[in-house]
Formats: sequence, structure tokens, C-alpha cells
Amino acid sequence: MKVKDIIDALNLKVSAGATGVDGEVSGCYIGDLLSLAMSSLKENNVWVTIQTNVNIVAVSVLVEGACVILCDGQEPDDAAKKKADNEGVPILSTEKTAYEVAAELSRLGV
Amino acid sequence: MADGLKLHFDVDGTDFTVAGECSSKVKKTLKQLGFDPELIRRVAIAMYEGEINMVIHANGGTIDVEISPESVVVILKDTGPGIPDLDKAMQEGFSTASNTVRELGFGAGMGLPNMKKYTDKMEVDTVPGVGTTVTLSVIV
Repeated sequence: MKVKDIIDALNLKVSAGATGVDGEVSGCYIGDLLSLAMSSLKENNVWVTIQTNVNIVAVSVLVEGACVILCDGQEPDDAAKKKADNEGVPILSTEKTAYEVAAELSRLGV
Repeated sequence: MADGLKLHFDVDGTDFTVAGECSSKVKKTLKQLGFDPELIRRVAIAMYEGEINMVIHANGGTIDVEISPESVVVILKDTGPGIPDLDKAMQEGFSTASNTVRELGFGAGMGLPNMKKYTDKMEVDTVPGVGTTVTLSVIV
């Protein structure tokens, strides 16, 4: 499964990093503390969070995650958008809660 | 042993937006050199935590990385306030970070513990009012 498949299935808005939507997806982690996220995220994971600052991109690049989903209507700040565009890390936004996103990802077999 | 590869970085203590760039560069270098992915992950996470600590607590500093076939050594040096109680700082969950920093997702009190967890050896040399040098070693 690819990031773009998740975007279509969950009707997510691509807020930044559109060049990375062909990346493979496998597994998911939900959390907002960066140190914990960094430890738990695995390669190609979807990361669901409400953090919107530029460090989400740095962490995602470090762990080689597939994409970041910002839930509860959150949008990345300008610095995060710029870095996500440069690094090709898709930041996807949705009004759904983390639980709703996780449930749908699970149904998709992520 | 032949001299390994040496990298030097200056960490800007005022700019959160560049935090993580040094560890990202080291990660890329280690990848190009063909190091084991798990080792690369450990070095990158430990170094990123160190980099963030420098920005949060010490107004920046320098990072020197020595890469050899036997080990990867990361030396993080700052001239910040030092760590008054190192034992406490090593406890998971203990943090002196500001609310602003916590709102950014840091300050969970996992920086130093994570640096220790992901490396084979960690040495902390800290003097209050003078600065802190953290030396992280990962054995290949």
C-alpha cells in the first residue's frame, strides 16, 4: 500500500510534501512526544500526531517514516511545510480524531 | 588503526527549524558507508536528542563525529549552564524544559536516557556555569 492509497481512502488533505505520496506504507504509530515517537516509529510507518512544528519532519526523516497524519483539524506551520516539501515527507491533514484515523488504517490493513 | 572519517557541525541554538539537520547528515553519511541500518538508527536518534538538548538548554554548541570501522563516536559540546544534578537528569521523565518547549513535543525527560539507551557508552562531563560535553560511542 502506498501513501496515496491512504490519502484516497481516508480523504486526507495533502498539506505538504506531495512528492512523497508514492512511498510505501507499513504500520502506524500514534503519539505527540517526539522522543517516544522517535523510539517507536519504524521505517515506512504512518505517524498520527497533533504536533504541527518543523520537528515532526526531522523525526520522520530520521526514522524514514512514510508520512505524518495531523488529526483533529491540525495544519503544519510554515516552517514544517517548507521542510516537508524539501524532504518529500507528506504531511496529511484531517478533521478525524486519532482513533478514527487508526480504525480506518486498521481496516485498510496498514 | 587508520584515521577514521571526521565530521564537524555547529549547532545554532536559536533556531529549532534546523535542529535534526546534523543527525540527518550523519545518517546519510553512515548509509553511504554501508553501516548496519539498526546501528545507523541508534546513532541518529541519540545524536538528535543531543542536538535538541543543545538548542533547548544550552544555546547551541558543536558536534564532532568520528567514524571508523570499529565505532561511531559523537562528541556534543556546549557552553551552556551545565547540568546541576546529573543523576536526576538521567531519570526518565525528569525535565527542566520550559512549557514552550514542551508544547513543541519535547521536554518529556527522555533526552539523556534515550542517548544512553541507544549507545554502548555515554560519558557526561558537566560543570555548572561552564558547559557540558557528552560523548556517545556506538561499537560496530
